[in-house]
Amino acid sequence: MAGNSNFQSNNKVVNWIEERMPIFSLIDGSLGASYPAPKNLNYWWNFGSLAGLALVIQIVTGIVLVMHYTPNTELAFDSVEHIMRDVNYGWLLRYVHANGASMFFIVVYIHIFRGLYFGSYKAPRELLWILGVVILILMMATAFMGYVLPWGQMSFWGAKVITNLFSAVPVVGDSLVQWLWGGFAVDNPTLQRFFSLHYLLPFVIAGVVILHIWALHKHGSNNPLGIDVKSPQDTVGFHPYYTAKDLFGIGVFILVFAYFVFFNPNYLGHADNYIPANPLLTPASIVPEWYFLPFYAILRSITFSISIPFTDIVLIDAKLLGVLAMFGSLAVLIALPWLDRSPVRSSRFRPMYRWFFWILVIDSFILGYVGAQKPEGIMPTLGLIGTAYYFFHFLVLLPFIMPKYEKDTKLPESISNPVIK
Amino acid sequence: MKKFFMKTLASAATSFAVVLGLSVSVFAADAEKAPKEVNWSFSGFFGTYDRAALQRGFQVYEEVCAACHGIRYIAFRNLTEIGFSEEEAKAIAEKYETVSPQYYWEDTEDFDGNPAKAKVYPVVTAGLSDKFPAKQFETEAQIRDGNGGALPPDLSLITKARHHGPDYVYSLLTGYEDAPSGMEMVPGMSYNPYFGGSQIAMANPLFEDQVEYADGTKATADQMAKDVVTFLMWAAEPKLEERHQMGYKVMIFMLVFTILMYFSNRRVWADVKKKKD
Ligand code: HEC
Ligand code: HEM
Repeated sequence: MAGNSNFQSNNKVVNWIEERMPIFSLIDGSLGASYPAPKNLNYWWNFGSLAGLALVIQIVTGIVLVMHYTPNTELAFDSVEHIMRDVNYGWLLRYVHANGASMFFIVVYIHIFRGLYFGSYKAPRELLWILGVVILILMMATAFMGYVLPWGQMSFWGAKVITNLFSAVPVVGDSLVQWLWGGFAVDNPTLQRFFSLHYLLPFVIAGVVILHIWALHKHGSNNPLGIDVKSPQDTVGFHPYYTAKDLFGIGVFILVFAYFVFFNPNYLGHADNYIPANPLLTPASIVPEWYFLPFYAILRSITFSISIPFTDIVLIDAKLLGVLAMFGSLAVLIALPWLDRSPVRSSRFRPMYRWFFWILVIDSFILGYVGAQKPEGIMPTLGLIGTAYYFFHFLVLLPFIMPKYEKDTKLPESISNPVIK
Repeated sequence: MKKFFMKTLASAATSFAVVLGLSVSVFAADAEKAPKEVNWSFSGFFGTYDRAALQRGFQVYEEVCAACHGIRYIAFRNLTEIGFSEEEAKAIAEKYETVSPQYYWEDTEDFDGNPAKAKVYPVVTAGLSDKFPAKQFETEAQIRDGNGGALPPDLSLITKARHHGPDYVYSLLTGYEDAPSGMEMVPGMSYNPYFGGSQIAMANPLFEDQVEYADGTKATADQMAKDVVTFLMWAAEPKLEERHQMGYKVMIFMLVFTILMYFSNRRVWADVKKKKD
């Protein structure tokens, strides 16, 4: 960061400020020529800057939406329609914000799978990885509460289903749910607190992002070979090399984003959310936004309770088990740096892991698919298998099976001389 | 490496699209029939609303559907956006009465017979800035009584509030059939295979020559259905044309920007890449 910058300027004003508050060397050391980045980063490394951009877009559009939105059950839906119809470019703001959430998740999911593939979670980047998982969890909370704000049918019923999960907590469950609702049902107090938190959390995310980048800059980026930077020959200055590359990535990203916003703005959403919330009318199927589907599948996959054999004593009932599995699927990501025992980072040099990586990707898609279906036919079984495999990957394969079978592979000498001796 | 990246990205994108497609199709997987596909003037990248269809559609809405359905998000002034002049829109507004948002105080008595004041919202002739009023201020119970217990939904957002909205509403309007023999119909319900459950409380609302189009178009049921759906799509998405127009500009600008960035990125990296070989 500032420490590794040899920032110099001829501009008097800049030097005056720099002398009193070394902000220019901070920027130079974080994003400038003085920040050394491995020179072999591929396009999968573009998704970090894209996630940052997506966050900024959400915050900017969100703040302007708030100027016209009304967090009240009687008025919320109409205020969103007011934004869509009467506010200048209100339709643009709202479609960017609504699709921006989807874009944010696509980018972050790719960013996470990049980390899984290239072993970016391994020492010395464990904390960096954990901060990333914290960001994911905060994003999920933010997006969930944001989706409640327009107060359509899916907003209401989604809020009801998800808050009801907390009733699975033993003993205090029901009181907990009432506490979350601020009453005896999902109602105005719920909407208002979700609004408050939906405004707050993105700034908490921004704070954690700063920690995430701080941690990143301590050891620098991982790279496709997964080996440490050994000499200055292995690196290039972040600027202009990666600023140029990130700008190209941003161009592609905005093209995709713009396609959805301008030509298919409701494709990723659910039609029922254009029906005002009606607590008396349950929609035919309650489906969360696509980015929650794998987690929703894990939640619903567990339909059995754990009891003491041959007795009626239920230790953990099915609902609680489902909730635990859902949160557990995120918890294993936090534990991942210690579950994966191999010192080799990149999948390039772990042929066996590479297979399991792609199986995990497919498993996630299967879970996403199951999450969108009604729990009928083979879906519950498929969901259960998908869930079981997910945990098997992290809790059995990585720590116990792979170390037994994975052969040591030779790693390349260095990034600038990527030959295997 | 680059090839690997493109290939994986392509396959990831396809599987993503497949999963999305599947998850979208599943919502329509209830027993009802998949809607007929219509080639709308407003669909596709270059879609715009067919003005004549919009005005005919409004006529159908006003003369047929408005007996039961509201469009509460549309203000009379919005009609100027579909080709009516301000005078015409004003004349349409003046056919309606609406509850004024301005109230006055009236002397009255409270429960104990003491003099009191009451807020009164007078019913006035609608003007350009008013929204289409709710069905003559009827209560929900009254409306349900008149429709066999069902509530005709407000139509301002209907084409976005159903999957395949425009196709669906068109199919629904033109999809009335005789109930298959053996099917037991609830009295007062009509058979329509496009509706969830196939029994709908709305009787077939459209039949030939129900309206007389000013532009001489033959008012077949099919024509009226297409026109009213075009109007309803506009009602749900009035900024569609503006959105598409801005869309091409943004896409073209971003395309040029991205190509420039691609080449400038190659240029920046040229020396590093050369050293590698
Ligand atoms: C006589 C009253 C009446 C008229 C006229 C009428 N409708 Fe309806 N409509 C209803 C009722 C009642 C329902 C509710 C049906 C139900 O829920 O079973 C309904 C429902 C609908 C629905 C929603 C179906 C769904 O998926 O829930 C649409 C769309 C619709 N009408 C469109 C129209 C259009 C367009 C016109 C004019 C061409 C029209 N209606 C004329 C009474 C009417
Ligand atoms: C992490 C960043 C954010 C995410 C992922 C996110 C996500 C969402 C989502 C999914 C919706 C529902 C959109 C819809 O279907 O209409 C929404 C709505 C909303 N958000 Fe956000 N949001 C973020 C940041 C913010 C911020 C920072 C603000 C305010 C400062 C904000 C204000 C709003 C408002 C007012 C709405 C209601 C209007 C609407 O529904 O379009 N959001 N958000």
